[in-house]
Amino acid sequence: MRTAVVDRPIDVSALVAEVAAAHNGALSVFIGTVRNVNDGRAVQAIEYNAYAPMAERELGEIASEAAAQFGTTHIVIEHRTGYVALGQASVAIAVAHARRGPAMDASRWIIEQLKVRVPIWKLEHYVDGTREWTGQAS
Amino acid sequence: MNLDVLLFASYADALGAPAVRVTLPADARVADVVLAVRALSSGAALPERPLVAVNHRYARPEQLLKPTDEVALIPPVAGG
Repeated sequence: MRTAVVDRPIDVSALVAEVAAAHNGALSVFIGTVRNVNDGRAVQAIEYNAYAPMAERELGEIASEAAAQFGTTHIVIEHRTGYVALGQASVAIAVAHARRGPAMDASRWIIEQLKVRVPIWKLEHYVDGTREWTGQAS
Repeated sequence: MNLDVLLFASYADALGAPAVRVTLPADARVADVVLAVRALSSGAALPERPLVAVNHRYARPEQLLKPTDEVALIPPVAGG
Protein backbone atom coordinates (compact mmCIF):
# COMPACT_ATOMS: atom_id res chain seq x y z
CA MET A 1 0.00 0.00 0.00
CA ARG A 2 1.16 3.51 -0.73
CA THR A 3 -0.55 6.87 -0.77
CA ALA A 4 0.83 10.27 -1.69
CA VAL A 5 0.00 13.87 -2.39
CA VAL A 6 2.26 14.86 -5.28
CA ASP A 7 3.06 18.09 -7.09
CA ARG A 8 4.14 16.48 -10.36
CA PRO A 9 2.25 14.57 -13.08
CA ILE A 10 0.92 11.16 -12.02
CA ASP A 11 2.58 8.24 -13.80
CA VAL A 12 -0.35 5.81 -14.04
CA SER A 13 1.74 3.02 -15.56
CA ALA A 14 4.05 3.18 -12.54
CA LEU A 15 1.05 2.78 -10.23
CA VAL A 16 -0.11 -0.24 -12.22
CA ALA A 17 3.32 -1.82 -12.04
CA GLU A 18 3.40 -1.19 -8.31
CA VAL A 19 0.25 -3.18 -7.51
CA ALA A 20 0.63 -5.92 -10.12
CA ALA A 21 1.41 -9.40 -8.76
CA ALA A 22 1.21 -12.91 -10.21
CA HIS A 23 -1.57 -13.99 -7.85
CA ASN A 24 -3.78 -11.02 -8.77
CA GLY A 25 -6.24 -11.79 -11.54
CA ALA A 26 -7.69 -8.28 -11.61
CA LEU A 27 -6.27 -4.80 -11.58
CA SER A 28 -8.60 -1.83 -11.44
CA VAL A 29 -7.48 1.72 -12.15
CA PHE A 30 -9.48 4.86 -11.56
CA ILE A 31 -8.18 8.12 -13.02
CA GLY A 32 -9.85 11.42 -12.25
CA THR A 33 -9.11 14.06 -14.88
CA VAL A 34 -9.69 17.76 -15.25
CA ARG A 35 -12.70 18.36 -17.47
CA ASN A 36 -13.35 21.37 -19.64
CA VAL A 37 -16.65 22.50 -18.14
CA ASN A 38 -18.21 22.76 -14.69
CA ASP A 39 -21.70 24.09 -13.99
CA GLY A 40 -21.84 25.43 -17.52
CA ARG A 41 -18.60 27.41 -17.25
CA ALA A 42 -15.66 26.74 -19.53
CA VAL A 43 -12.70 25.56 -17.42
CA GLN A 44 -9.10 26.15 -18.45
CA ALA A 45 -7.36 24.32 -15.59
CA ILE A 46 -7.74 23.44 -11.94
CA GLU A 47 -5.34 24.41 -9.21
CA TYR A 48 -5.42 21.86 -6.38
CA ASN A 49 -4.56 22.97 -2.89
CA ALA A 50 -4.10 20.49 -0.03
CA TYR A 51 -3.62 20.53 3.70
CA ALA A 52 -0.79 18.17 2.89
CA PRO A 53 -0.01 16.42 6.21
CA MET A 54 -3.68 15.80 6.93
CA ALA A 55 -4.44 14.80 3.34
CA GLU A 56 -1.59 12.27 3.48
CA ARG A 57 -2.87 10.91 6.78
CA GLU A 58 -6.46 10.66 5.53
CA LEU A 59 -5.39 8.93 2.30
CA GLY A 60 -3.42 6.43 4.36
CA GLU A 61 -6.45 5.73 6.54
CA ILE A 62 -8.64 5.22 3.49
CA ALA A 63 -6.14 2.77 2.01
CA SER A 64 -5.95 0.85 5.30
CA GLU A 65 -9.72 0.70 5.59
CA ALA A 66 -10.03 -0.46 1.97
CA ALA A 67 -7.41 -3.14 2.60
CA ALA A 68 -9.40 -4.47 5.56
CA GLN A 69 -12.75 -4.23 3.82
CA PHE A 70 -11.82 -5.66 0.40
CA GLY A 71 -9.00 -8.03 1.30
CA THR A 72 -6.00 -6.70 -0.58
CA THR A 73 -2.99 -4.60 0.33
CA HIS A 74 -2.17 -3.96 -3.33
CA ILE A 75 -3.45 -0.41 -3.28
CA VAL A 76 -1.81 2.82 -4.48
CA ILE A 77 -3.42 6.25 -4.39
CA GLU A 78 -1.86 9.48 -5.67
CA HIS A 79 -3.48 12.93 -5.71
CA ARG A 80 -2.05 15.97 -7.46
CA THR A 81 -1.60 19.43 -6.05
CA GLY A 82 -0.84 22.60 -7.98
CA TYR A 83 -1.93 23.59 -11.46
CA VAL A 84 -3.41 20.68 -13.44
CA ALA A 85 -4.24 21.23 -17.11
CA LEU A 86 -7.33 19.96 -18.96
CA GLY A 87 -7.31 16.22 -19.44
CA GLN A 88 -4.49 15.61 -17.00
CA ALA A 89 -4.93 13.25 -14.08
CA SER A 90 -5.72 14.90 -10.77
CA VAL A 91 -6.06 11.59 -8.93
CA ALA A 92 -5.22 7.97 -9.69
CA ILE A 93 -6.12 4.85 -7.75
CA ALA A 94 -4.78 1.39 -8.57
CA VAL A 95 -6.09 -1.71 -6.80
CA ALA A 96 -5.12 -5.29 -7.56
CA HIS A 97 -6.89 -8.33 -6.18
CA ALA A 98 -7.24 -12.01 -6.97
CA ARG A 99 -10.77 -11.28 -8.24
CA ARG A 100 -12.31 -8.48 -10.32
CA GLY A 101 -15.27 -7.78 -8.02
CA PRO A 102 -13.33 -6.62 -4.97
CA ALA A 103 -10.74 -4.84 -7.17
CA MET A 104 -13.42 -2.70 -8.83
CA ASP A 105 -15.47 -2.24 -5.67
CA ALA A 106 -12.39 -1.08 -3.72
CA SER A 107 -11.44 1.42 -6.39
CA ARG A 108 -14.96 2.91 -6.38
CA TRP A 109 -15.11 2.97 -2.58
CA ILE A 110 -11.75 4.72 -2.33
CA ILE A 111 -12.64 7.58 -4.70
CA GLU A 112 -15.98 8.16 -2.95
CA GLN A 113 -14.25 8.29 0.45
CA LEU A 114 -11.52 10.55 -0.90
CA LYS A 115 -14.10 13.04 -2.14
CA VAL A 116 -15.74 13.46 1.25
CA ARG A 117 -12.77 13.12 3.64
CA VAL A 118 -9.48 14.28 2.19
CA PRO A 119 -8.70 17.98 2.74
CA ILE A 120 -8.00 19.02 -0.83
CA TRP A 121 -9.63 21.95 -2.62
CA LYS A 122 -9.91 23.06 -6.23
CA LEU A 123 -9.51 26.55 -7.50
CA GLU A 124 -11.09 26.44 -10.93
CA HIS A 125 -9.54 28.73 -13.53
CA TYR A 126 -12.10 29.61 -16.19
CA VAL A 127 -11.48 30.45 -19.81
CA ASP A 128 -12.93 33.94 -19.20
CA GLY A 129 -10.07 34.70 -16.78
CA THR A 130 -12.04 34.39 -13.55
CA ARG A 131 -11.40 31.75 -10.88
CA GLU A 132 -13.35 30.28 -8.01
CA TRP A 133 -13.03 27.70 -5.23
CA THR A 134 -15.50 24.96 -6.00
CA GLY A 135 -17.53 23.11 -3.40
CA GLN A 136 -17.96 19.50 -2.47
CA ALA A 137 -18.61 16.70 -4.96
CA SER A 138 -18.30 18.81 -8.07
CA MET B 1 -3.37 30.25 25.42
CA ASN B 2 -2.53 31.52 21.95
CA LEU B 3 -3.30 29.31 18.99
CA ASP B 4 -2.43 29.81 15.34
CA VAL B 5 -5.40 28.48 13.42
CA LEU B 6 -4.67 27.28 9.88
CA LEU B 7 -7.02 28.36 7.09
CA PHE B 8 -7.36 26.97 3.58
CA ALA B 9 -8.98 27.74 0.24
CA SER B 10 -12.09 29.92 0.54
CA TYR B 11 -11.59 30.38 4.29
CA ALA B 12 -8.06 31.70 3.79
CA ASP B 13 -9.34 34.05 1.10
CA ALA B 14 -12.19 35.26 3.34
CA LEU B 15 -9.81 36.23 6.15
CA GLY B 16 -6.98 37.25 3.85
CA ALA B 17 -4.40 35.00 5.52
CA PRO B 18 -3.33 31.34 5.65
CA ALA B 19 -3.43 31.42 9.47
CA VAL B 20 -4.84 33.60 12.23
CA ARG B 21 -3.88 33.87 15.89
CA VAL B 22 -6.56 33.63 18.54
CA THR B 23 -6.31 33.92 22.32
CA LEU B 24 -8.37 31.42 24.28
CA PRO B 25 -8.85 30.38 27.91
CA ALA B 26 -6.78 27.40 29.09
CA ASP B 27 -9.78 25.07 29.05
CA ALA B 28 -10.86 26.00 25.52
CA ARG B 29 -12.59 23.53 23.26
CA VAL B 30 -12.82 23.26 19.48
CA ALA B 31 -16.10 25.20 19.44
CA ASP B 32 -14.35 28.12 21.18
CA VAL B 33 -11.79 28.35 18.37
CA VAL B 34 -14.58 28.68 15.84
CA LEU B 35 -16.23 31.43 17.89
CA ALA B 36 -12.91 33.27 18.21
CA VAL B 37 -12.11 33.08 14.50
CA ARG B 38 -15.63 34.17 13.52
CA ALA B 39 -15.25 37.19 15.84
CA LEU B 40 -12.22 38.41 13.85
CA SER B 41 -12.54 40.97 11.10
CA SER B 42 -14.21 39.18 8.13
CA GLY B 43 -14.57 36.05 10.27
CA ALA B 44 -18.36 36.12 10.00
CA ALA B 45 -17.93 35.06 6.36
CA LEU B 46 -17.17 31.58 7.71
CA PRO B 47 -20.01 29.16 8.46
CA GLU B 48 -21.16 28.86 12.07
CA ARG B 49 -20.06 25.25 12.30
CA PRO B 50 -17.14 24.58 9.97
CA LEU B 51 -15.23 21.31 10.06
CA VAL B 52 -12.23 21.55 12.37
CA ALA B 53 -9.13 19.39 12.42
CA VAL B 54 -6.87 18.99 15.44
CA ASN B 55 -3.47 17.43 14.80
CA HIS B 56 -4.57 16.30 11.32
CA ARG B 57 -7.77 14.58 12.48
CA TYR B 58 -11.34 15.79 12.28
CA ALA B 59 -12.40 16.94 15.73
CA ARG B 60 -15.71 17.29 17.54
CA PRO B 61 -16.80 20.70 18.91
CA GLU B 62 -16.41 19.56 22.54
CA GLN B 63 -12.81 18.35 22.17
CA LEU B 64 -10.45 20.08 24.65
CA LEU B 65 -7.42 21.84 23.23
CA LYS B 66 -3.79 22.09 24.28
CA PRO B 67 -1.48 24.99 23.37
CA THR B 68 0.63 22.61 21.26
CA ASP B 69 -2.29 21.40 19.12
CA GLU B 70 -2.28 22.12 15.38
CA VAL B 71 -5.77 23.43 14.67
CA ALA B 72 -7.19 23.97 11.18
CA LEU B 73 -10.56 25.04 9.82
CA ILE B 74 -11.51 22.80 6.90
CA PRO B 75 -13.71 24.17 4.09
CA PRO B 76 -15.93 21.67 2.25
CA VAL B 77 -13.42 19.37 0.59
CA ALA B 78 -13.29 19.01 -3.18
CA GLY B 79 -10.61 16.49 -4.07
CA GLY B 80 -10.79 14.07 -6.93
